[in-house]
Amino acid sequence: MFLTGGDVGSAFIEVERLRKYFPVQKGLVAQLFSRSTESVKAVDDVTFELEKGDVFGLVGESGSGKTTTGRITAGLLKPSMGKVVIDGTDIYALQSSGLRRFRKKMQLVYQDPLSSLNPKMTIGDAIGEPLRYLSDMKESKRRDAVLELMDRVGLSPSDMFYGRFPHQLSGGQRQRVVIARAISIGPEYLVADEPVAMVDVSVRAQIMELLLKMQKELNLTLLLITHDLAVAKYMCNKISVMYLGKIMENGRTKDLFANPQHPYTRALLEAVPIPDPRHRGGKELLSGEIPSALNPPKGCRFHPRCPYVFDRCSLEEPGLVEHDENHAVACHLYTEGKSSVLLAAKKSK
Amino acid sequence: MRKGLIQSCGEDLTLLQIDSLSVEYRTLASTAKAVQDVSIGLEKGETLGLVGESGSGKSTLGLAVMGLIRPPGYVTSGRIVFEGSDLRMLSEGALRAVRGRKIAMIFQDPMTSLNPVKKIGDHYIEYIRAHDPTISEADARSTAKHVLEDLGIPDTRIDDYPHQFSGGMRQRVMIGLGLALNPSLIIADEPTTALDVIVEAQILKLMSDLKSKYSLSLILITHNMGVVAEMADRVAVMYAGRLAEVATTTQIFESPKHPYTQALLDTIPNIEAEDRVLKAISGTPPDLTDLPTGCPFHPRCPYAFDRCRAEVPELIQTGERSEAACFLLEGMLARPSLKSRD
Repeated sequence: MFLTGGDVGSAFIEVERLRKYFPVQKGLVAQLFSRSTESVKAVDDVTFELEKGDVFGLVGESGSGKTTTGRITAGLLKPSMGKVVIDGTDIYALQSSGLRRFRKKMQLVYQDPLSSLNPKMTIGDAIGEPLRYLSDMKESKRRDAVLELMDRVGLSPSDMFYGRFPHQLSGGQRQRVVIARAISIGPEYLVADEPVAMVDVSVRAQIMELLLKMQKELNLTLLLITHDLAVAKYMCNKISVMYLGKIMENGRTKDLFANPQHPYTRALLEAVPIPDPRHRGGKELLSGEIPSALNPPKGCRFHPRCPYVFDRCSLEEPGLVEHDENHAVACHLYTEGKSSVLLAAKKSK
Repeated sequence: MRKGLIQSCGEDLTLLQIDSLSVEYRTLASTAKAVQDVSIGLEKGETLGLVGESGSGKSTLGLAVMGLIRPPGYVTSGRIVFEGSDLRMLSEGALRAVRGRKIAMIFQDPMTSLNPVKKIGDHYIEYIRAHDPTISEADARSTAKHVLEDLGIPDTRIDDYPHQFSGGMRQRVMIGLGLALNPSLIIADEPTTALDVIVEAQILKLMSDLKSKYSLSLILITHNMGVVAEMADRVAVMYAGRLAEVATTTQIFESPKHPYTQALLDTIPNIEAEDRVLKAISGTPPDLTDLPTGCPFHPRCPYAFDRCRAEVPELIQTGERSEAACFLLEGMLARPSLKSRD
C-alpha cells in the first residue's frame, strides 16, 4: 500500500490529498459582476508516499501539474489544501523560522542551470551559499568544503573552477554546479525538475549518472520531474503519471512499463519516438491536446480523448485504485472489469 | 564534383547538392566556425535527418540553404546547387523566387514565429502575396483554407488569432505556411521540440502524410534520435560544424561507423530497451571559436590516436550512399574495435 497512502509511519515523505488552485485575475468589471472566482486547478487531489532512498518520477505533459507538485513538496509553494509530511513533520504546519531550519533537508535542481546561477557570482561562491546561510560552518572552512563538493560532482580541477563565472562553463558543467550547491548542506530530499532537458544530448547521460551517484552516496530521496519517459525509466524505481492535476497511474517503474494500465499511460508510451527504425510507424495516436486546467472535463479528466470511453467516464471521477500489488490506476475500466478491451487492443497490434 | 557527392544515384534524382560549404560567425573578439566543409546531397522525395547537438551547425546549414545567413554570419565557401543552379550565385531577387516557393523553412517555436496581433488567415495571405503579388487576396485566402483543411484545422478558424490556438495547432499553422506555395523542399528546424510527446507524434505523422501528398523532399533538423529513426530515409550526423557520418537510417542505427554516432546512440535512454546501461560520453562539445586541431571529436573519442589530433579526416565511403569521416575506417571498415550494435 505504499503508493495509495494507506498505512502511516514507514514512509519518509507523505503527500496527502494535495491541491493547488491558482486564482485567475479578472478585470474590475468582471470582478464586480460575477461572484465566482475562477481558478486553475494545477494540482487536484494528489496523494503519494515515498520511502527513504526512493527515486520517484513524476511524468506528464506540460500543464499536468508535475512541477507544481514538486515545488509544493519542496516547501516552496503553499498548497491550497492537503499535507506534506517529511520525516514526520508536516512542513506547512511549521512557523516560518521552523520551515527555514527544515529547508536544510530539502533542495531543488532546476531545468535551466544558467538562470539558476547568479551571473556575477563565482561558482565557488554559488556552491557555498547554502553553507553560508543554512549551516553553522565557519567561513574559513567553507572554501575547503566547496572544493570537496566540486571534486565530488566532477568539477575538477576544483581550484581552477572555483573562481570561474557561470558563462565560462558549458551547460553540463553548470548543471554540475547546481547539483553541488543542492547537496552542499546534506539534504535528505532532492527535487530535480527536468534536470537534463536543457543539457546537450551527449552530456545528458553524465548528468543522470551524477544524480544517481549522489542519490546513492547520500541516500537521498529523489523526486524527478520529467516529460521524458525514457529518462524516467532509466532513473526511477517508482513513477506516477499525471494528467491535468491528477495522478492517473502509479507503480514500480518495471510494472508500469511492462504493463501500463491507464489508457493515457499507454498513449504516452506509444507516442515516444523510439531511436530504432525497426519500431517505425503503426502507432495508434490520441487526437487532441491536453485541455485547459481552468475548466477540466467532468468525470475522468481524460475521457474526451480516451479511445475506450464509456458512459460512466463522463459522469464520475475514477479514484486511484490498486488492482495489482503496488500498481494503482484511476480508470473505470478496471473497476468495471472492462480492462480486457485494452488487452485486446494490445494483441491486435 | 568533390568528395561527398554520391554519384551512383544518377543526376536527375538529385534535388539539392551542397558542396564544401563553410559558414562562419564573426565577432570582434573571435570567429565561430559554425559549418566547415560540408558536402551532402538530397534526392527528390527523400527525407534527410540532420542530427547533432546544439552548436553542431545543423541549423546554420539549414539557414545557409535558405540563403538566410546574415552578418555577423558569412558563407565563406562552397556551392549550394538546387535544381541545377547554384543558389549562392543568384541575385537576392532571384533567390526570393526560390525561397518560399521552391524551398520553405519551418521553425521550432510557433509562438514566436506567428504575429500575435494578426489573424491566422492574414498570415497566409501576407505570406502568399509577398512571394507572388499577382495572386489576389481572395485566392490567397482560399489557398489558406485549403491548406488548413489538409492540416486538420477547420476553415472556420481562419479568422482566429494565434493565442486562440494550442501549441500543436500553431505548429500545424506553421507547417501550412511552409506548404502554402507548394515548394519542393521543406527544411524543418526542430519542428516538434517545443511540443509534448503526444502532440509531437501527431505532428510527425502529419508531416509524413503531407510529404507524400505534396511530393516533398524534407530536411529534418533535430537533436532527437528517436524522431530521426521515425522519419528519415537517410541521416547526417553533424559534430562541431562538420559531417561525422551520413548513412541510411538503418545503417546509422544498426551499424554506425563513426565513433561519435556510436557513442551518441549508447548515451540515449530508450524506453524499449531492457535495463540497458547508458554509456556517457566524457567531456563536452567543443567551443566553435576555439576548435581542437584535427578531428573535432578526438578529445572525446575513445579510439583517438596521433593522426586524429593532427589531421582532419575526410568522408570515406562506408556503403551505398553512406560515408563517415574517421581515420579508423580507412581500408578496414569492419574493424573489430568498432563493434557493430546488437
